[in-house]
Amino acid sequence: MTVTTSTDLAVAAAGLVKTFGTQRAVDEIDLEVRRGEVFGVLGPNGAGKTTMLKMLATLLPIDGGEASIFGVDVRRQPHMIRQLVGVTGQYASVDENLTGRENLWLFGRLLGLRSARAKATAAELLERFGLTEAADKQISAFSGGMRRRLDLAASLIARPPLIFLDEPTTGLDPRTRGQMWGTIRDLVRDGSTVLLTTQYLDEADQLADRVAVIDRGRKVAEGTPDELKTSVGSSTLQLRMTEPLDTDGAAGVVRRILAEEPVLTPEAGGLNVALTDANQAAEVLIALRQAGLSIVSATVQKPTLDEVFMAITGHGAEEPDPLTVPQMEVPA
Amino acid sequence: MTTTLTETETVAPGPVLAPHPTLRDTVDQTLTMAWRAVKKMQRNFEQMFDVTIQPLLFTAMFAYIFGGAVAGDVDSYLPVIIPGLIGQTILTACVATGVQLREDMDKGVFDRFKALPIARIAPLAGPALADMLRYLIATVLTFGVGIAMGYRPDPLGLAAAIVLAVFAGWSIAWIFTWFGTVGRSAQGVQGISLMVMFPLTFLSNAFVPTDTMPGWLRAFADVNPVSHVISAIRDLATAGQLTTDVAWAVLGCAAVVAVFLPLSVRSYARKM
Repeated sequence: MTVTTSTDLAVAAAGLVKTFGTQRAVDEIDLEVRRGEVFGVLGPNGAGKTTMLKMLATLLPIDGGEASIFGVDVRRQPHMIRQLVGVTGQYASVDENLTGRENLWLFGRLLGLRSARAKATAAELLERFGLTEAADKQISAFSGGMRRRLDLAASLIARPPLIFLDEPTTGLDPRTRGQMWGTIRDLVRDGSTVLLTTQYLDEADQLADRVAVIDRGRKVAEGTPDELKTSVGSSTLQLRMTEPLDTDGAAGVVRRILAEEPVLTPEAGGLNVALTDANQAAEVLIALRQAGLSIVSATVQKPTLDEVFMAITGHGAEEPDPLTVPQMEVPA
Repeated sequence: MTTTLTETETVAPGPVLAPHPTLRDTVDQTLTMAWRAVKKMQRNFEQMFDVTIQPLLFTAMFAYIFGGAVAGDVDSYLPVIIPGLIGQTILTACVATGVQLREDMDKGVFDRFKALPIARIAPLAGPALADMLRYLIATVLTFGVGIAMGYRPDPLGLAAAIVLAVFAGWSIAWIFTWFGTVGRSAQGVQGISLMVMFPLTFLSNAFVPTDTMPGWLRAFADVNPVSHVISAIRDLATAGQLTTDVAWAVLGCAAVVAVFLPLSVRSYARKM
């Protein structure tokens, strides 16, 4: 571990625990986010990302462990933490009954701005987020992307030094998603520290300086996006054999050519091979042809979250957990 | 914080952080929240039916239906039923305060309220303050219908009675606000609130004098704070008198606030 004092860290958490009934939603997570960086928390639905963020934002009590933000204890000084952190949730937290402008004015007033100042800040933010035209419409008339942008704008009123973004692009179309990424990059350029959660490896890749992978409440890996990707190869060759029985034979070919252990799904005749170089795909295909093994399809893909997961945890990201499923039926 | 804590000192950038919201901040934030609640009323006018159409309808209905049977004729029943109906209408409006708070808390915007550095009481006290407008409308309308039907209150006493009714509404609403913060769903809050609201209304002197009730029922009706509020409104509006019932009503309301306001804030702050 690098030697850092608390002042270099925007977030320092050790052994964070959150329990719901018998289930540990967050299980002894350590987290260190440095000032000025974008830190990504990557994991599938239900991994505990949002729960962790909520604990750090004082929205959920911390059941175990310690957490501080810019050196301020989260448990003991919730009111101070709320002054340091801007939170943008998974679901837009803006008021449906108000217009965009009224929303920003409301939050500005609540944050202690005088009315005129709150009005000016609202206008400024609406302009910056391309919402000026829709500013005086009620939120119910806003599109999903516009809501998210307004939500993010609302988190920036007080210029908090740390911004939490909980799945900022989940459910957005690709174009809006790209706009959101641009906005987040601008924030970082302005010197904010960002802690974001995401289900998408490409999003973490695009935005984050460092990434922690969370699975079933535990941190299973941490590093730069590049480090994570190299752990599964730079890309993946997905093969499907004509005869499912040929899967083992094909696996043997892959081992011989690449000295690499493929991930098999024999019942479907499928195998996934991690490649360090996409050109290796051709060598594998040629060798299969020479061995007389026929394929239905072959695709070369960049690694997905699922593959990172497979590589790190040995199970898929979407796979239900046989241990936790029955526990969920136990009343809390 | 002592100066020996070198590690946690001056670590946060920007302006100095306040450890708690000040009283001034709290008042300011409550007023802002009240502004939000008023905007919401303006834009969802159907939420105002219980304090606009209902008093018009109920006043005429109750006076003409029960007037002859209870008091011999409508005119002599009006001084009894008008304050009674004000009590009933305000209680109904109080139930709505709690139910709407619960509905509101399920919305995304409350996540933001919780994450903002604001006093925990502001999101509760703001709507409570704004709802005083609803109690005012209900009270004025009920008195208005009564006067149109021939009720002749004491003018000064009437003004005092309106103030008391609005204050009582604000106070009693804290019971239902607490239900709102405790309940899991708006329907649940509605159910439990009605269960409390009906006995509070009907086991009182709102519609009939309590001396016709069996002893045990009368015992409850006589200590029911709603009875005291209604008696106080009768004394003020009809007779223009400042009686001990007025004092009891104010005291009862204060007691309700003293118990249920802290309970509500505590339960709201915990729910996050």
